[in-house]
Amino acid sequence: MDSSDQNILEVEDLGVSFDGFKAVDGFNFYLAPNTVQVIIGPNGAGKTTVLDLICGKTAATEGKINFQGKELRGEREYRIVRMGIGRKFQNPSIYENLTVFENLELSHPRGRGVFGCLLFRRTEEVMDRCLSVAKTIGLDECLDQEAGILSHGQKQWLEIGMLLMQRPKVIMLDEPVAGMSVKERTKTAELIREISKDRSVIVIEHDMEFVREIADRVTVMHMGQVISEGSMERVSNDPKVIEVYIGH
Amino acid sequence: MPLFLKTLFKTRGEAIGFIAFLVLVLVIFPLAMPVFRLNLVGKYLSFGFVAIGLVLLWGRCGVLSLGQGVFFGLGGYCMAMFLKLEASDPESTSIQSTPGIPDFMDWNQLTALPWFWEPFKSLPFTILAIFVVPAVVAFIIGWAMFRRKVGGVYFAIITQALALIMSLGIDGNQGYTGGRNGITDLRTLLGWDIRTEDAQYTLYFLCVVLLALTALAAKYIINTRLGRVLVAVRDQEDRVRFSGYDVAIVRTSVFAFAAVLSGIGGAMFVLQVGFMSPSIIGIVPSIEMVIFTAVGGRLSVMGAIIGCLIVNWGKTAFSEAYPDAWLYLMGGTFISVVMFFPNGIAGLAEKFPRIRSLIPASVTERIKGMATKKTTKTVSDGQ
Repeated sequence: MDSSDQNILEVEDLGVSFDGFKAVDGFNFYLAPNTVQVIIGPNGAGKTTVLDLICGKTAATEGKINFQGKELRGEREYRIVRMGIGRKFQNPSIYENLTVFENLELSHPRGRGVFGCLLFRRTEEVMDRCLSVAKTIGLDECLDQEAGILSHGQKQWLEIGMLLMQRPKVIMLDEPVAGMSVKERTKTAELIREISKDRSVIVIEHDMEFVREIADRVTVMHMGQVISEGSMERVSNDPKVIEVYIGH
Repeated sequence: MPLFLKTLFKTRGEAIGFIAFLVLVLVIFPLAMPVFRLNLVGKYLSFGFVAIGLVLLWGRCGVLSLGQGVFFGLGGYCMAMFLKLEASDPESTSIQSTPGIPDFMDWNQLTALPWFWEPFKSLPFTILAIFVVPAVVAFIIGWAMFRRKVGGVYFAIITQALALIMSLGIDGNQGYTGGRNGITDLRTLLGWDIRTEDAQYTLYFLCVVLLALTALAAKYIINTRLGRVLVAVRDQEDRVRFSGYDVAIVRTSVFAFAAVLSGIGGAMFVLQVGFMSPSIIGIVPSIEMVIFTAVGGRLSVMGAIIGCLIVNWGKTAFSEAYPDAWLYLMGGTFISVVMFFPNGIAGLAEKFPRIRSLIPASVTERIKGMATKKTTKTVSDGQ
């Protein structure tokens, strides 16, 4: 078991209620460095809400979110991003009218203030970083292409690339392979294994085959709570999990 | 081509368009028109400042403000207060019961100049105020709303309400503001009579030069990273926020910048037209400003200026002949623009075959070029 000071992200007793309905309740979650941790659970279990709470999109009503010794609750979204937490949305959200290169460039962390933007120049460092990220996500041949005409899979990779530009310490991916072909899934799995070498990745996923491929640890959620946690092996043999989720 | 020119004009067509516009307003109009008409063009162009602001704010950043008249008015009233004070020297107002204060104050039984009028005796202060007052007001309003993620229709309605509040406020405080009649009978600027033909020519050229500089500044912003961030905020707000940008401050800043431009436009309006009144800044004029921008093309700086010229020209020409039909024609124009060519006149112009780009090499070539150069360099360093 990890001792607590080794964890990069520690979420304790996290809860949020919407008009009395507790979407997430007493949620505990510990993320070790350089691991892929997958959150699974039936629809409405509160998986996406957990990501929203961590990245500040939704304000938690109780609990603690500790990231490298700093409390994230109450911080504004952009500050949480700047601390090193990247978030990918379920539907690819990229800038369709801009080219692949411009999408990556816009995600470069230098010059994110208003005046910083005005003075921003395409220096060699910026170009290098865009090229190397484009290589990682396999889009280095289409830097000049408008992002809107990319295939669904490529769009998802581009958004992951946009996160990588910011050099985050934690990346959160919401159903990254939904709607992908088998080939694209394999490639995405490789990509996730690759990027988790020097950062932690939280993935929400439904596809069990895919989870088996990428997960170091699996957290199972049901009705806003964690009901099981551990290796895929352990979790899939847990009777509680079988009852609420896999058995269905 | 130097780099900063490339930042200003993305295509050769844009550069040619800009030069053609300068020739039109600096050479052809002054030669072809009597000074009365030229002065009208100058008045239309003072709305061009507002339109440029709306291109950045509405076209690029997706924030529709129906209250730009507020800032046009703030700039205009600052200018008008200075000119009014100069016109109200004790000698020319000696028949008033309190000489030395503006005539409308005297009519409203004021016996001393209100404190907030005092600093407008100074021209440097007035010029500063034309920039700072709209900026500060817009920043406070924008920050209050954008931080709470108020946007879209709600923002439009609130700005609309502000335009109403402003015009009612001015209307209802006649002693302090000149009321419904506005501030009229403006004569001189530091002793220089602004009503003469010579002065009207000079002010026209001043307005055109300022407008051209404003257009260049806006084009520059559009082609920097800030310009791309604005579009990104419009199209994918959450992605921008979760790329570590403070969306609220981006929006607030554009709103404040657009307000400053409107203020400059208001000041140029007052100088050329010679008065300022609440009827120029209320709800209807504020919406008209949006229409100019929409007709010209809300994405295009030059398009918006052309839109101001055409719509205002149409208004003058048409309302001289058929005063009642004008509003219907304008409403019809606006609806058809929104329905059939949402990017306005500029959008139609862009449908013509793409004019050659000023940026020759693609990013792929450039980026790979850089990478190869570096590899060769490392190799040669190693040897």
